[in-house]
Amino acid sequence: MTVTTEAPVKETPDAGGVPSFQVTMRLRRFNPESDTEPRWEDHTLTMHGTDRVLDALHKIKWEIDGSLTFRRSCAHGICGSDAMRINGRNRLACKTLLKDLPLDKPISVEPIKGLAVMKDLVVDMEPFYAAYKSIMPFLITTGNDPSRERRQSPEERERFDDTTKCILCAACTTSCPVYWSDGQYFGPQAIVGAHRFIFDSRDEGAEERLEILNDREGVWRCRTTFNCTDACPRGIEVTKAIQEVKQALLFRRV
Amino acid sequence: MAATTIAAPRSPRSPRSPRRMRGRTNTELYAWLFMRVSGVLLMVLVFGHLFVNLMVGEGINALDFAFVAGKWADPFWQVWDLLMLWLAMIHGSNGLRTIINDYAERDQLRMWLKVGLYTAAAITIVLGTLVIFTFDPCPADAAAELLPSFCPAP
Repeated sequence: MTVTTEAPVKETPDAGGVPSFQVTMRLRRFNPESDTEPRWEDHTLTMHGTDRVLDALHKIKWEIDGSLTFRRSCAHGICGSDAMRINGRNRLACKTLLKDLPLDKPISVEPIKGLAVMKDLVVDMEPFYAAYKSIMPFLITTGNDPSRERRQSPEERERFDDTTKCILCAACTTSCPVYWSDGQYFGPQAIVGAHRFIFDSRDEGAEERLEILNDREGVWRCRTTFNCTDACPRGIEVTKAIQEVKQALLFRRV
Repeated sequence: MAATTIAAPRSPRSPRSPRRMRGRTNTELYAWLFMRVSGVLLMVLVFGHLFVNLMVGEGINALDFAFVAGKWADPFWQVWDLLMLWLAMIHGSNGLRTIINDYAERDQLRMWLKVGLYTAAAITIVLGTLVIFTFDPCPADAAAELLPSFCPAP
């Protein structure tokens, strides 16, 4: 069975022997025009073993309640639009298979925490992007005329390979308890973004970025709870990256 | 690598960055480092303390006023207990400071909680230090029945 965004959960009667099951989706809904408080809403659907949480959301939006609002673009774990709190854990809806979740209980789907909810599962991502911007996520070099390539050995590239995988889905930042309680903290993602440049041999802005992360609300607020590493849909070792930034700060300054 | 002046990028910088510019210090770095170093030292000090007080010799049965008085007559244990007191108090207070910073959102409340915390820590440290260095198990002008048995008869 192919699941595409165009023709999603419209299965043929014999869906290639894919097992189907009943699943209850418990959605955290909030409509700013009519609700004062968010509310839970249950939908029981018949889904298949190949379906993801995103497919269930699509089925609800397209066949039951068109007002359900959520973000998604590529639907294949690349764009990072559909991070949400699924059964209490930050996951990408497009990478979480329904059959991997406990189906005897309702599957709860909430917006990611720590950012203001705009409607249903859509949150205001601006503070998250602002933190990313403040670490200067662009190549900083001296001179203004690159007359040849900036060469790099495979070993030098390997140094920051892990953090180049980030898709800015905000799953890590919004799983961080420090970020929940303190809106000033940069959050894991911004540190991952900085790590990607700090350890890049071609970049010359490491000192500036480290200075920014040495801030009161910078890396030192990290409590190494590993929520971010657990949440990352790209498998980035976020906590390790944060510790490496701490280490770089420590041995440059002490 | 020398700090370079970087031309502003095309996009406007985050509105949060100006307040980050003020007070660039390494305070949080040192606080973090202190937690790590004092944590390791406290492991040794606290478990050493527990071992000596509760396991060595007669163990817990030997623990009484005279035992503590005997320990504090020795400069080694005075320094040990002093280190333990200072490190534990500063380590614990710094941990609480972080929790206050995390969870107290109102500026006023946060300030008063921290004032309370620092006052309590300072009083405990000063009093504890005073006791360790001025401790006398047999004060000269105390009533005889209050003195422990090992004191020389007045």
